[in-house]
Amino acid sequence: MKLTLRVWRQQNAEAPGAMATYEVDGISQDMSFLEMLDTLNEELILGGDEPVAFDHDCREGICGACSLVINGDAHGPERTTTCQLHMRSFDDGDTIDIEPWRASAFPVVKDLVVDRSSFDRIIQAGGYISAPTGTAPDAHATPVPKPDADSAFEHAECIGCGACVAACPNGSAMLFTSAKVNHLNVLPQGAPERETRVLDMVATMDDEGFGGCTLTGECATACPKGIPLPSITAMNKEWLRATRKVRR
Amino acid sequence: MEMRRFMSWTDEDFPSSVVSMALATRTDRRPSMTRTLWDSSVGKKTIMAVSGLVMLGYLVVHMLGNLKIFFGSDEFNHYAHWLRTLGEPFLHYEWALWIVRVVLVAAVVLHAVSAYQLSRRDLRARPTAYVHRKARSSYATRTMRYGGVILALFIVWHILDLTTGTVHSGGFQSGHPYQNVLDTFSTWYGNVIYIVAVLALGLHVQHGFWSAAQTLGVGSATRDRVLKTLANVLAVVLTAGFVSVPVAVMTGVVS
Ligand code: HEM
Ligand code: FES
Repeated sequence: MKLTLRVWRQQNAEAPGAMATYEVDGISQDMSFLEMLDTLNEELILGGDEPVAFDHDCREGICGACSLVINGDAHGPERTTTCQLHMRSFDDGDTIDIEPWRASAFPVVKDLVVDRSSFDRIIQAGGYISAPTGTAPDAHATPVPKPDADSAFEHAECIGCGACVAACPNGSAMLFTSAKVNHLNVLPQGAPERETRVLDMVATMDDEGFGGCTLTGECATACPKGIPLPSITAMNKEWLRATRKVRR
Repeated sequence: MEMRRFMSWTDEDFPSSVVSMALATRTDRRPSMTRTLWDSSVGKKTIMAVSGLVMLGYLVVHMLGNLKIFFGSDEFNHYAHWLRTLGEPFLHYEWALWIVRVVLVAAVVLHAVSAYQLSRRDLRARPTAYVHRKARSSYATRTMRYGGVILALFIVWHILDLTTGTVHSGGFQSGHPYQNVLDTFSTWYGNVIYIVAVLALGLHVQHGFWSAAQTLGVGSATRDRVLKTLANVLAVVLTAGFVSVPVAVMTGVVS
């Protein structure tokens, strides 16, 4: 396959950026999107140019490091992570636009790499339990009703990639935050911090400069792990409950 | 000795910054519930949802009341008079009406201020647009802000037209709403302004009603179909009900 790539290049956080056009040839349909970018970077390096900076780690869709808005879609046209997106989703001769996540809470570090530490700070505000950890307890030590366990598991699938923020027209982190809140709030292990968790995580989300939710649903459509839109509704419910219950 | 140094858990070995990072909870005194609501994006959205639903409830009643125009001038004017005597003798003349007005003004102001502040936050959060743009959300979803502005302007005009009579076409007669409504809908601009605003209202309610359910935490995957249907029904019934009046005047059904 021969492709035209239009890639966002930006030297550093302060420098202005712009789209740069590159041609790549000899791309196989079986390559992942990141392997296609590796091919581009090899050519750039051989030609004495700076390679395009992009985030990646596991390349198996579980770490949440990869990003990229591809032709206007976070993680591209399939519902998966960019590392699990394959070139068979594109046609020979295509022009592909590649941009970084856009949100003021995710400033660009370089090219396609953004700083997502604002997510870490939301987690630090309440995405943990205070129960003592140690050796793994017996699986049946704390009974959890099956629907609750399923719900916790569904939300625990969030890999914190930030596609929800990138897709949201308001740069809102509601889907991410709701996944993290619901994951722990439905479990008995998360009960001691049930109120403080949701209040503090939502407050930190606001402080970090994420936008609010207007329920456009773009986040849930973009989520590679299928965190559903009603997660936000569930978090709203938890938040309203917590404002009434929390000790002041 | 080296081993013991590593095994002892003193403050020295464990910098306090690490400890405080791990326990970075907000343990200071929490602000009041009102403060929490007003300061949070989720709380402010709750205020929007509740004030929106208050206005929506009013509009359903208002629309039904307007339909009395089809029963003629006597019945319509009598209904308008009854609104002023509502609650008597417990309430004084027009008190019920004034209570409704105060609640509505509070709802409009809270709704508009929240909408403005939340929209500012949203625009700040996404300062750079994507080069490759796609419009995906539904028309109703995308037009909440413009539609809201249209509604705000309409509310002002509507009150100056039919409540105070300040900008009314023809001689405004207090206590004769039937004639006043006929006057308004006898002008082309009266019809245009009104119908545009009512269509904007329909769209606003279609996304707004369902949204409010999500904001208030009563939506769920299983209730989604019901809520969306209800939103559509409300939007269509409100739009049709309100639009029927100018259409009836224009076509001479009401004269
Ligand atoms: C003063 C004029 C108005 C303005 C400026 C305005 C603006 C807005 C905006 C910007 C939103 C948020 C949209 C979003 O989150 O995507 C909204 C939501 C809403 N509006 Fe209005 N609106 C106005 C009048 C009305 C009226 C007359 C009604 C009554 C039917 C109404 C009912 C609602 C409801 C129910 C919501 C949903 C709240 C939520 O998302 O939780 N609004 N409005
Ligand atoms: S690189 Fe780990 S999820 Fe894509």
